[in-house]
Amino acid sequence: MRAPLPALLLSLAIAVGLGGAARALEEAPEPPHQQWPFEGVFGTYDTAASQRGFQVYKEVCSVCHAVKHLAFRNLEEIGYTEDQVKGIAAQYQVTDGPNDEGQMFQRPARPSDPIPGPFPNDQAARAANNGALPPDLSLITKAREGGPDYVYAILTGFKDPPAGFKVNEGMYYNQYFAGHQIKMPPPLTQTDQLKYADGTQATVPQMSHDVVSFLSWAAEPNLNERHRIGFKVILFLIIATGVFYAAKRKIWSRIH
Amino acid sequence: MAVPPASSPASGYSRLIRWIDYRLPFVSFLEHEFTDYPTPKNLNYWWNFGSLAGIILVIMIVTGVVLAMHYTPHSDLAFDSVERMMRDVNYGWLLRYIHMNGASMFFLIVYIHLFRGLYYGSYKYPRELLWILGVVILLLMIATAFMGYVLPWGQMSYWAATVITNLFSAIPVVGNKIVTLLWGGFTVGNPTLNRFFSLHYLLPFVIVAVVGLHLLALHQHGSNNPLGIDTRGPQDTMPFHPYHTIKDSFGLCVALLVLAFFVFYAPNFFASADNYIPANPMVTPNHIVPEWYLLPYYAILRSVTFDILGIPAKLLGVVLSLGSIILLFFVPWLDTSRVRSARFRPIYRLVSWLLPIDAIALGYVGSQPPEGWVVTLGQVATFYYYFHFLILMPLLGKIERPRPLPISIGTAVLEATGGLSTAGSAERH
Repeated sequence: MRAPLPALLLSLAIAVGLGGAARALEEAPEPPHQQWPFEGVFGTYDTAASQRGFQVYKEVCSVCHAVKHLAFRNLEEIGYTEDQVKGIAAQYQVTDGPNDEGQMFQRPARPSDPIPGPFPNDQAARAANNGALPPDLSLITKAREGGPDYVYAILTGFKDPPAGFKVNEGMYYNQYFAGHQIKMPPPLTQTDQLKYADGTQATVPQMSHDVVSFLSWAAEPNLNERHRIGFKVILFLIIATGVFYAAKRKIWSRIH
Repeated sequence: MAVPPASSPASGYSRLIRWIDYRLPFVSFLEHEFTDYPTPKNLNYWWNFGSLAGIILVIMIVTGVVLAMHYTPHSDLAFDSVERMMRDVNYGWLLRYIHMNGASMFFLIVYIHLFRGLYYGSYKYPRELLWILGVVILLLMIATAFMGYVLPWGQMSYWAATVITNLFSAIPVVGNKIVTLLWGGFTVGNPTLNRFFSLHYLLPFVIVAVVGLHLLALHQHGSNNPLGIDTRGPQDTMPFHPYHTIKDSFGLCVALLVLAFFVFYAPNFFASADNYIPANPMVTPNHIVPEWYLLPYYAILRSVTFDILGIPAKLLGVVLSLGSIILLFFVPWLDTSRVRSARFRPIYRLVSWLLPIDAIALGYVGSQPPEGWVVTLGQVATFYYYFHFLILMPLLGKIERPRPLPISIGTAVLEATGGLSTAGSAERH
């Protein structure tokens, strides 16, 4: 029995390569790779960075962008206590109802509520943003080629345009955005733009890194659990593969 | 209680089992088809992929049925229902990632299985219908996978649905009517999503039925083997159990390892980032690209850039693309050689490796924007694909001089292992 294992591995490598080729289509410059603690087999989210990132989102991004797939209760997953979450939720007003009189009414948000966005609908968002629609950010790191690296690159990629490059009215030059013109004004512009609750110095790279950490968690909240279970599953399968291979050898030795 | 004589197939079992088996021969069926079922002694690891594909099909159905419990097939709610599944349903992310990556695994395995069939001539007499049923399964898989890809209702879902359904408009006279029927309206919308969901749930069970027929046809004459010569009796075969149950279990573990790697550590590797953006009929993605396993057909489709003899390029593209699979139905008759295995066919052996290389080239072309040399490569590769089946296959059978075949599997195996002493004990244990 000859096992053409190289051929099988080749087939696999080819399938994998094609999957990669299918995605590598964007013309915009490759965003530089950043170190993220959630990469790799044992990667997990950095809760301190995610909390700082939530603060950046709340004080800066949330003026224009929603995170509609997140509920306040989810914030416990990045290390906030139940009481802290209640406190954060209570700062927001949400529409509820209809009540017994048939009226809609405002009440403070509860942990079970989705985090309210800044605009009631897309039209209102466009009207307030010069015709541009600020995308929902709950999936942004999964919805862009390059993921977290790309979002970080956009946040730190605002530059003066090179000589001769004409930036249109109401647009901003960004070296990593396809076409280099983006309708989003630079959101993070200066050190100490906000004051971190944990005393970390809020430089632009620091704030960008933190908010991308938060958004990565928002896009894939089960990553920690996925990595943890995956390690056990793969360990189990490696052992099972060995056991079955040994059993196969033993049983087939009766034939040869 | 009337119990059949001890010589009946289920004779080794308890009275209850024998009572049942006499009336409903389930146990004897299993014994006959899965325990005693004789398999050629010389099967190599390429023969693992059939049962592997069957197991992946089961995994896909089980995860899919559970996912359907949490999915909402409505264009306003589908995307959010998938996200809810990923976040709030217990292990919903695991089920969805297994289902997503399982589809890629399924196609990878089936393509290897198909290549195995081509290489060792498994489609030849008397296994023509077995092969044809396999091609039917492939067609059903493609339809099912395409409709499944539409269900999350992301940007790529929506635009893939638009591009692919629009292909039917190339059919003369009735084309536009067919497209309206597929859409359930005048554009891809909620009725489209609803019927795709319904069919995506239905077709896997049709696949199960055709797999049943595929196995029935397989068990009629048994597996082909790397030598491509018929088994001549018990000295050439071994029972399926325990030899292939253990070998297939080992193969399954390896396959699950690969699947687990992607599910847990690169779950979106095969996915398009655009599909995490909700479907938007007003914004077309820069490049509409299908999943990797459909890229070669997509490349063929786009390779016809000119009208031929008044036939529009679009129609020709559709015909050639679909034809690349339909062609497989005729392979048993296109191959004129009486020798099954490529091992004894020096030229075909070489040529049969060129085919997957050609398919990979087509896959690459399908993944790229159709510009410049990529278009030319796509046209050359499309031409070669058809050249392989329509010219090389019939021609090689006539002009190639095959090497002499061994007299029997038993002698070939014994020569390979170098021992005649085991001949007596090799049959059955």
